[in-house]
Parts: sequence; structure tokens; C-alpha cells
Amino acid sequence: MSGMTIIVKTICNWVKVLILLFGLYIILFGHATPGGGFAGGVILAGTYVLIMLAFGREAVEKNLSPSLAGKLLSVGAASFGLIALAGFLFGRDKFLWNFIYQKWPDFKFLGGGTIDLAEFAIGLVVTMSLYLVIFTISVYCRDFKCRDKQCDIPVKEREQN
Amino acid sequence: MSIPLPVFVIIPLMTAFLLPLFGKKGKAAATLFANLATISLLVLAVASIGKSAVYEIGKWSIPLGINLVLDGLSSLVLLAISVVAAAAMLFSTKYMEQYTAKSRYLSLFMLMVAGMNGVVLSGDLFNLFVFLEIASLASYALVGFGCENEELEASFKYMVLGSIGSTFILFGIALVYGNTGMLNMAYISKAIQANGLNAGLGFALALFITGFGLKAALVPFHAWLPDAHPSAPAPISAMLSGVLIKTLGIYAMARVLFNIFGISVSLGWILIVLGMLSMVSGAFLAMGQWDLKRLMAYSSISQIGYMVLGIGLGGLILAKGGDLAWASLAILGGLFHLVNHAVYKSLLFLTSGSVAMSTGTRQLKEMGGLAEKLPVTRIACTIASASIAGIPPFSGFWSKLILVIAAILSGYYWIAAVIVFVSLCTLIMYLKVQRYVFLGELPENLQDIKEHRGSMAFAMLSLTLLCVFMGLLVIVPGLKAIVLDPAVKVLTDGLLYSSNIIGM
Repeated sequence: MSGMTIIVKTICNWVKVLILLFGLYIILFGHATPGGGFAGGVILAGTYVLIMLAFGREAVEKNLSPSLAGKLLSVGAASFGLIALAGFLFGRDKFLWNFIYQKWPDFKFLGGGTIDLAEFAIGLVVTMSLYLVIFTISVYCRDFKCRDKQCDIPVKEREQN
Repeated sequence: MSIPLPVFVIIPLMTAFLLPLFGKKGKAAATLFANLATISLLVLAVASIGKSAVYEIGKWSIPLGINLVLDGLSSLVLLAISVVAAAAMLFSTKYMEQYTAKSRYLSLFMLMVAGMNGVVLSGDLFNLFVFLEIASLASYALVGFGCENEELEASFKYMVLGSIGSTFILFGIALVYGNTGMLNMAYISKAIQANGLNAGLGFALALFITGFGLKAALVPFHAWLPDAHPSAPAPISAMLSGVLIKTLGIYAMARVLFNIFGISVSLGWILIVLGMLSMVSGAFLAMGQWDLKRLMAYSSISQIGYMVLGIGLGGLILAKGGDLAWASLAILGGLFHLVNHAVYKSLLFLTSGSVAMSTGTRQLKEMGGLAEKLPVTRIACTIASASIAGIPPFSGFWSKLILVIAAILSGYYWIAAVIVFVSLCTLIMYLKVQRYVFLGELPENLQDIKEHRGSMAFAMLSLTLLCVFMGLLVIVPGLKAIVLDPAVKVLTDGLLYSSNIIGM
């Protein structure tokens, strides 16, 4: 059984939903209140860090594989580009133009028009990139420790030696 | 119809983020897609020659919003970036098959191109920094792409020194913002003209020269380049030496010094001294190298010196109130050398990649007699070497000739003497390359090597053709008036930049 004690796991199970919701809230109301795609994305990635600490790396890997995370990162960044390009399409040579807010104010979503959509894209990019950074560090920290020793010996045995 | 300027940034940026979605199976499709992107950028860059435009992003007028500016200097550097990027991308289609994770490589490559195009087009000092960081971060990853010990070490060294440079630039921008209250280049320039330089702005100027000097690898700041450029895969070395150090270093420095702060006599002398130091010490260090790519990297430092010297000499004559024609001539020499060097140095690095791929070594002493085995590489390398050494009628001769004429006309005979002397040193180091790589005895273990033809040979030959015919850019008056003269005028106009932008 990997990870921490049952107490930590139970609490983590309750709390993770709240943190996810809070992250989404920060992303959704980024245009009007402090926060936005970056801050919300960091909070969302924090959920994964919490689960990684409580349940072990394998649990997170099963939930969101690194290759999928990498693809989602690209999708997020590309969709931000598409939102920017949509300004060209709807506004005649107006790159990054907030066309929803300017042309169809009734459909301005939560109030920010394209800004809300862009916040979602940024949130996706930040969540996935921070998740990947922390995941990569947790995978490779062992390799750096045993640079000049035999790497196939598990950490515990090596420490005993 | 004018070209909407954001396409220069958004095409490579979107390509960079769409490429990883192809996955392992779609490698051929991803390569084709990336090549199409670089070629379309080349077409757009050629179409933008001779135009000037200001683009306000999101229809927010300056100084509230961000603007992109296309003028003569931008379009010249943009053209150099696009030519080298298209050739290097064509070369990578075959060359990068040696490495794993090709789609990530293509993605980082496009990210670097997006960053460089952004630096060239940005009309806003902070956005210039952001794009500079995009290009730098992508290049740190690309230098360490092979993941061997030596490559990771070079990448780490490059990252530490590059980050110091970026931090200096950021501090400089913070000081400028604190003292003028503006981030838009035109408005900063206007504020400086109105209020003059104070101590904070003077310190910012010093930080800018150091920061951009680190990015351009001028001599006191050059320590990262001889490690970083040889460690990268060959097409990336071509991009780094060919355009990255020029865009991030020389272009940005010239823009800040000439158009924002305004050139002065002391600044002109600083540029001339930095340029001469780089020229002479880079050439001496290069002659002693026995690693093919390391020799070329040191020679890049030496050649960077020519450009800084030309621009600095022009600035000095301008600041002293000398003849505008001679100042234009010196700057023309510097800028033309920038374009020429982008072409022949990237060609040299591509040939070194072709040699290394066929023989499996970069050491000059382990090679020899490859002229018969690698005929296309040999032709390309010989013409590029002749060009960089300044042998007529190849392109390098014309830019060096212009620099020498400008130095003599303005009365600095010793500068002309140093230019000729360093040119001789360059000839010696590339004769050494010819002698040890292509002539002499063929070692026994290299008897049955083959040259890689196809896209690699095509990329090298197209750059070779450019090397031969680039001289036409200054000989034919019509071409010179369209391509080079507007770029020179941007720098000789100096502080008129701000009123041009604000008036537009």
C-alpha cells in the first residue's frame, strides 16, 4: 500500500473536490475578480500534487497520464491561438479582438466575452504544464541521486549499503 | 493589401502547439506540416519587403495597447530568419531521424522561430523581452536535445548565462518604466527626448548593453557560445549561429540604442571596442580549434564583431555630426554582413552536420579526403568558406569591402587595417577546414561512407546559390533601394522613429 496513512487519504478525498471547485471558480471569474487562468490553473495543478502526496505517484498516473497531459497542454495553447484568430474572422483584421463582447453582447457568457474563453485555455495550459513539471521531477529525482552508482538498485537498499 | 503582422508570430506558434498532437505515428505528416509553415513564413517575409506598417493588437490604441511595427530593419531581419529557418527545417527532415521524439524537436523549433519573429516585430519593450524569453527558452531545450552529458552541461551553462542576460534586460526595462512611465518604444523615446537622460536611465542603458551583449555573445560575454553551439543538433546550430544571436543580440541592441535612447559618441566607441575585441579574439581562438563545429562557433563570435563594428562606426559618425553618407555606408556594411553571415554560417553548420552524419566524428584530425565521398557537401562548404573569408565575387566580400571603404572614408585607417587582418585570419581558419576535412588522405575506417542526398543536399545547395548571388543585393541599385536602404534609414534616422510611429 503506497502513499500516506488512511487519515490523510480520507481527508484528501473530501478536500480535493473543494479545491478543484475553487480552482474552477478562480478561472471562471478571472475577468472580474483577482485571479484568472494562471492562478486557477496553479490551484488545479495543486489538487494533483495533493493526490500525488497522499496516494502515491501511480494513482495520479492512472488518472491523468503524462502523454495525455502533454496533448491537453497543446490543445489549450492552440485553442488560445484560435480564439485570437477568431478576431480576424469576425472583426476584419482585428487580431485578439473581443468579438463576442463587441458584436453579440447578449452572448457574452459570464461577462467577459472572449476573455472567459481565453482564461479557460490558459487554465488548461497552466494546469497541465505545472502537473507535468512536478510529475517529471518526482520521476527523475531518483536518477539524479544515483548518477555515479548503479541505478538499478532500489533506493532503500542503496541507502542501507 | 497589407499583411496583418500577427501572422508572423501566430503561424509558427500555432504550428508549434499543433505538432505534438500528431503523435508518434504521424511523424511524416508533422514534418510536412512544419515545412509548410516555414515556407509560408518565407513567402510572407518576401512579400513584406519594402512595406512599413503599425498594427495595434485588439484595436487598443498605443500607448494603452500593444503594437507591432514593421519597418525596413524589421523586414530585413525577418527575411534572414525565414530563409535560414526554411533551409534548416528542410535539412532537419532527414537529419533529425537520428534522434527520438522528432515531433517535440519540430515543436521547439517552431517556438523558437515564433519568439524571434516576435522580437523583430514588437514595438513594445516589455513584449520584446517576452518574445526574447520564448526564443531563449526554446533554444536552451534544443541545445540539450541530444541528452548526452556534454550536451546537458552545455545547455545548463547556456541557460545560466542566458538567464543572467535576460535578468539584466528585465531590470533595464523596469528602470526605464520607472523613469518614463512608458513601455511602448516610441513613447519611451519621446519621453527621453523631452526630459533627457537621468542616472536611472543611464544605468538602464548599461544593463541593456550587457544583457544584449550576453545574448549576442560579444567577447567579454561570449563564454557560453563555444559550448552551446557545437552541442546542438546541426540545424539548430545553424539557427543559433545564423539568426538567434543576431536577432536577440544585435537587432535588439541596435533598436534600443539608436531608436530609443539615441546614439552618442561614447556609445559608438563602446560598440566599436566590443566589436573589435570580438573580431580579433574570436578569430585567434578559432584558429586553434580541432573540433569542426567548435571552430565555426568561435568564428561566429569573430563575425558578430564585424556587425557591431559597422553599426557602431555608423553611430559614431552620426553622433559626431559627420557626413551622413559615410555613416549610412558603415551601417549598410554592418547590416549587409548580418544578412550574409546568416546565410553562409548556417550553410557551414549544415555542411558540418552532413559531415558528422556521414563520418560519425567532428574531430578534424580523424577526417580527411572526403572530397570524393561527399561532393555536394564539399561544394557547399568551399563556397561558404570562400564567402566568409571575403573572396570575390561571393557575398562576404561585398560586405567587408563596404566596411573597409566606410572606415577609410571616415578617416579611421586602423579600423580598416583590423578588418582586413581579421579577414585574413578567417581565411586561414577555413583553409584549415578545407585541408583537414576535404583534402588529404582518406582514413581507412571512412572508406565506405555515403553522402545523404535528398532534402539535405537541396537545403545546402539552395543556400549555396544564395551565397553566390547575394552580392547582387548591393551591386544592383534597384534591389539595394528596396531591401537594404530602408533598413539603413531606420538606424540613421535614429530618434525620428518615435515621431514616425506616433504620427502613423
